[in-house]
Amino acid sequence: MRLLGKLGLAAAACLLWANSAAADTTVKWLHIEVNPAQVKIWEEVARSYEASHPGVKVEMQFLENEAYKAKLPTILQSKDRPHIIYSWAGGVLKAQVEAGVLEDITDSVRSGGYGDTIAPAALAAFTQNGRVFGLPIALSQVGFLYNKDLMAKGNVDASKIKTWDDLLGAVKTLKAAGVTPIVVGGADKWPLHFYWTHLAVRVGGKPAFDAALKGENGGFAGETFQRSGELFKQLVDLQPFQNGFLGFKNPQAVGYFGDGKAAMILAISSFYHTQRALAADKVGLGDDKLGWFDFPVVPGGKGEPSDTLGGITGWLITKGAPKEATDFLKFFISKDVQARLAAGNFIVPVVKGGEAGLNSAFMKQIAANLAKSNYHQNFYDQSLGPSVGRVVNDVTAEIAGGSMNPRDAAKAIEAAWKQGN
Amino acid sequence: MARRIAIAPAMRVAAETAPRAAVRGPSWDGRFTVLILFLPPALLLFTLFVVLPIGEAAWYSAFNWNGFGRPTNWIGFDNYRFVLETRAFWLALRNNGLIIAVSLAIQLPLALTLALMLAERFRGAVALRMLFFMPYILAEIATGLIFSFVYDGDYGLVASIWRSFGAEPPHLLASTDTAMLAVLIVIVWKYFGFHMMLFIAALQGLDKSLVEAARIDGATRSQALRHVVIPLLYPTIRLSVFFAIVGSLQLFDLVMPLTRGGPADSSNTMVSFLYNNGISRMRVGYGSAIGVILFVICVTFAFTYKRWFMRDE
Repeated sequence: MRLLGKLGLAAAACLLWANSAAADTTVKWLHIEVNPAQVKIWEEVARSYEASHPGVKVEMQFLENEAYKAKLPTILQSKDRPHIIYSWAGGVLKAQVEAGVLEDITDSVRSGGYGDTIAPAALAAFTQNGRVFGLPIALSQVGFLYNKDLMAKGNVDASKIKTWDDLLGAVKTLKAAGVTPIVVGGADKWPLHFYWTHLAVRVGGKPAFDAALKGENGGFAGETFQRSGELFKQLVDLQPFQNGFLGFKNPQAVGYFGDGKAAMILAISSFYHTQRALAADKVGLGDDKLGWFDFPVVPGGKGEPSDTLGGITGWLITKGAPKEATDFLKFFISKDVQARLAAGNFIVPVVKGGEAGLNSAFMKQIAANLAKSNYHQNFYDQSLGPSVGRVVNDVTAEIAGGSMNPRDAAKAIEAAWKQGN
Repeated sequence: MARRIAIAPAMRVAAETAPRAAVRGPSWDGRFTVLILFLPPALLLFTLFVVLPIGEAAWYSAFNWNGFGRPTNWIGFDNYRFVLETRAFWLALRNNGLIIAVSLAIQLPLALTLALMLAERFRGAVALRMLFFMPYILAEIATGLIFSFVYDGDYGLVASIWRSFGAEPPHLLASTDTAMLAVLIVIVWKYFGFHMMLFIAALQGLDKSLVEAARIDGATRSQALRHVVIPLLYPTIRLSVFFAIVGSLQLFDLVMPLTRGGPADSSNTMVSFLYNNGISRMRVGYGSAIGVILFVICVTFAFTYKRWFMRDE
């Protein structure tokens, strides 16, 4: 097994070497981005870097999302690993740092005040024990996208949905009017976990999460997390989702929303963009039909209404990468490139000043929300690491399917947390 | 690395134990030369690709390990305990049992019946055979995708049939009550043609004079079938049962595109359970433990079956 792996790697290395013999240094960059428009910009950035840095070649490699996650540990332990890899930060990053497969780029990031150009919270996500191992590229927020026409048809004023009870009320009204209230990709499970985790952010806020990590207050089996499950169950009991939601994969669900078949979707802000591509007519809902409201607050909850749930994505430098890799990454995560990606509505920038590129009202709104958020919770399935995160996804899908009660769900997560750590 | 080896050895060993005509070699000297010449490469490959990976999987199963670096956190048999304490594991085991039961009780009799009808030469027999064999040729992953469309509750074939009766179509793959049933139907559809072909080949190799003799002695068609043809088919039936059971234990690539083991683990098989827990969650130690358990089940079955039912072959 291992021998074959080595032979394969040697062969691959020979090929790569033959390919890049002309350049003095090749920076290998592995990504998972499927949107060709965005990749095209990346390519252009890479070419312009090459033009200004003779002798350096930037080579892009692609892997599909799930395949990437599955192969990551093997990739990182190969001698021929890529120099720059995609990351969602969180527990996986922590494991990688502990295994010593990442390059400490603290000095390079701090030199010349570069680090100060990046939003501190985003940079902190890629910092472990005070050392920096990568750079963030984008932030996202989870909230409700809604279809203005369908809301009007159901006589619901979306701007008035502020509390959890408001949301439950809206679901009832929409159902009565014959409109499917919410669409969700339940087969992928993680879109369902947004409900549970965002409720936890609202019910307990940052203190509850921090306490659970330390095993205080009953850990993840504690009151906050049971309460989140119960609130989620209240929603589930109204049967708010489309028929067969546990069989829908996320892209299907987002397409369903883009087709105008459901009034709402609990979305990552980037769905604003992807619903167009995934709609049957490839057009989806235009800006005039699309609305957004933040996740409702829970009365008596300890979280601030401005607290956000979302992703923090970025790039890591792997152990032994040439210094050009870090240099290129700094070039890539710069105000100009960020503004350019923002102008395409691909990202909410993390570099200060990058938001100047944002031109849609929607993305500006998300950027403003994130700017005023004091507590931005990374997705639980990322921040708790894969072993616990997937259990969170599982149990929320089980609550939604009615096969598990909120109490057992919270206990299952705590059990996984104890087992995994 | 451990992830692939955990699945593969079970299959390989199962294949190794598939029946083979017993070798009655020439003299000891001749056999010895053959041994010296041909054993080392085979032994080397077998050790490298079968024994070592199994050993590695067993070793990893004693660690709490996420696949990064070398495993250091020794936890002994805890992974096995965790596996056995997981409800989803027992569900997966039950599902494997269900698949075996359906294969033996529905798939093989169906295949045998069709074989008996199609083994004779008549116009269209070959075309019909090909038609029934077709599902087996399709890649598992493609089959799964096709059926996920067929079962789709909004646009699928099943949905339009339901609607033609004026009923609200169900989402078969999205309900814990029906997902496994839907998977089982696909399994029967996909593999009965393979067993049918085995039976047809065996039927065509039968000595026709035995049946004729029975008929001359006054046996009816069904008596000849029951007392002559079927007993003569026993070796093939035993082989078919073996393939059906080993195949059922290893089922994975149909489940992933259809349901990924969901909803709520209701349609997991042992291997999809291994994948979902060992690989997606980066719990390589835990996954290895599942792999070892599956391996033990397969090997135990293969040896027992060979010893009890396939002694003579």
